[in-house]
Amino acid sequence: MLKTEQMVLNMGPQHPSTHGVLRLELELEGEIIVNVKPHLGYLHRCFEKHCEAMTYPQIIPYVDRLDYLASMNNEMGYAVAVERLLDIKVPERVEYIRVIMSELQRIASHLVAVGTYGIDIGAFTPFLYCFRDRERILSLFEKTCGARLLYNYIWIGGLSHDLPLNFVNETKDFLKDFKKTIVEINDLLSYNKIFIERTANVGVLNLESAINYGITGPNLRASGLKWDIRRDDPYSIYDRFDFEIPVGKGLHGQVGDCWDRYFLRVQEMEQSIRIIEQALDQLPEGEITSALPKRVKPPEGQIYSRVENPKGELGFFIVSKGQLQPFRVKVRPPSFINLSVLGELCKGHLIADVVAILGSIDIVLGEVDR
Amino acid sequence: MKSSEEIFAILKEKFGDAVLQLNTKLPKEAVIDVAPLSVTDICWFLRDNEELQFDSLTLLSALDDANGEKVTLEDGTTEFKGGTLSVVYHLESMKLKHKLVLRIFTERENPEVETVSRVWACADWHEREAYDMIGIKFLNHPDLRRILMPYDWEAGYPLRKDYKNPEFYHGMKVPY
Repeated sequence: MLKTEQMVLNMGPQHPSTHGVLRLELELEGEIIVNVKPHLGYLHRCFEKHCEAMTYPQIIPYVDRLDYLASMNNEMGYAVAVERLLDIKVPERVEYIRVIMSELQRIASHLVAVGTYGIDIGAFTPFLYCFRDRERILSLFEKTCGARLLYNYIWIGGLSHDLPLNFVNETKDFLKDFKKTIVEINDLLSYNKIFIERTANVGVLNLESAINYGITGPNLRASGLKWDIRRDDPYSIYDRFDFEIPVGKGLHGQVGDCWDRYFLRVQEMEQSIRIIEQALDQLPEGEITSALPKRVKPPEGQIYSRVENPKGELGFFIVSKGQLQPFRVKVRPPSFINLSVLGELCKGHLIADVVAILGSIDIVLGEVDR
Repeated sequence: MKSSEEIFAILKEKFGDAVLQLNTKLPKEAVIDVAPLSVTDICWFLRDNEELQFDSLTLLSALDDANGEKVTLEDGTTEFKGGTLSVVYHLESMKLKHKLVLRIFTERENPEVETVSRVWACADWHEREAYDMIGIKFLNHPDLRRILMPYDWEAGYPLRKDYKNPEFYHGMKVPY
């Protein structure tokens, strides 16, 4: 008589398609996945414990290292949280520069997501196009604050540097070229028949379980809900800009499949361009240091403040006991929570689809493990 | 859309003594304190009630309140005796667009809380992290293991305020 036996297979931690050090324990029946158990913590760096020993401004460089592909957004989230705790209002110019930087960083982060997703599936060329343009964004950051990945640029109440000479023109040039890149990416990858065959109808995440799992960001929007912190719980000056929130429509398969999640990021890059263009046009003159507090010592209290990161909702829950150091900082890392749905999505798919699904969720292990 | 006061009134009527108090004095956030062993029932109600519909658990965080008695041990280190640990739930309704903060206090020596992982699936990993870092035991949790620290970490719960770095990990010297 034929007997089937379940097999356990370890994927990772050293596996290129896990985007870092993630170990997945796959329970298999033949080539079909019965269960997925993620094992985390290989990159655990005690972020939250460190925070309790640091003063508020000293935490910013650590915040950079959470989602190291989107450091500007992390800094923005942390700065907004502490400013709300302190009731600081920052100057107009600072707000605009922050928005410009955050959106540039969002494009850079999505470019990595889109490019590496192509590699996961087996298309190498789009990756080179993506990284070529991401390099230009990083150069803009480098001109502004001297660092390419971990900036310590957005401070509580202000910024470390003003914009360099000619920044506005260079950014406009970049955006002009980048619009062409999006067309190229779409031609090369998005509407590529092989790519669609590989990703459409794979790993479908329906809206109900997406909300139940706390999924946020592009993954939630790909499942069909128009939910964006920039619009639904506005922070900074996002309510002044005119932009659309793309949602997954299931163009080549079902709503919430891998292709939807991938294509949503491409669409979001277009919206980020729109926001940056408006912000560059409205950018006021002025100075940037007037709201920097001499000593950051928030009153007793607690706050949960959140921003829209490229990966999802990044929240900081800060408890202050009226000291120079926070009593407790708890991060809501979007990647961590988005990753928890992986087991649910992979059930019943083939091993090769794990790579496609994991890539489409777009996690950064620096943030998952903290 | 409902304010914390209205939600508190609804909960108080439904659950009576299990809903302890509404704190509005804490700056920035109004917090409703509830009893640790009835939190699951309250959360089911919050999620499924027509007027409330809290369909999303944004964040579950655990805190060491460090409010017990500070005892100095023989080797010069300090430890807390008594006092509380707390768990804070940030809930949100994506349909009705209102938010709520629940908080529970539990004893430091025996930190037992009912799980909400069946109400919101994301609570599973949140609760594992709270167990890993602060040592809160979630009753009826399907798979309460450490998540970020090594599974065989024996030196305690790192985010407690009186945590001490171990000298050895399985006989190996920890280098700092």
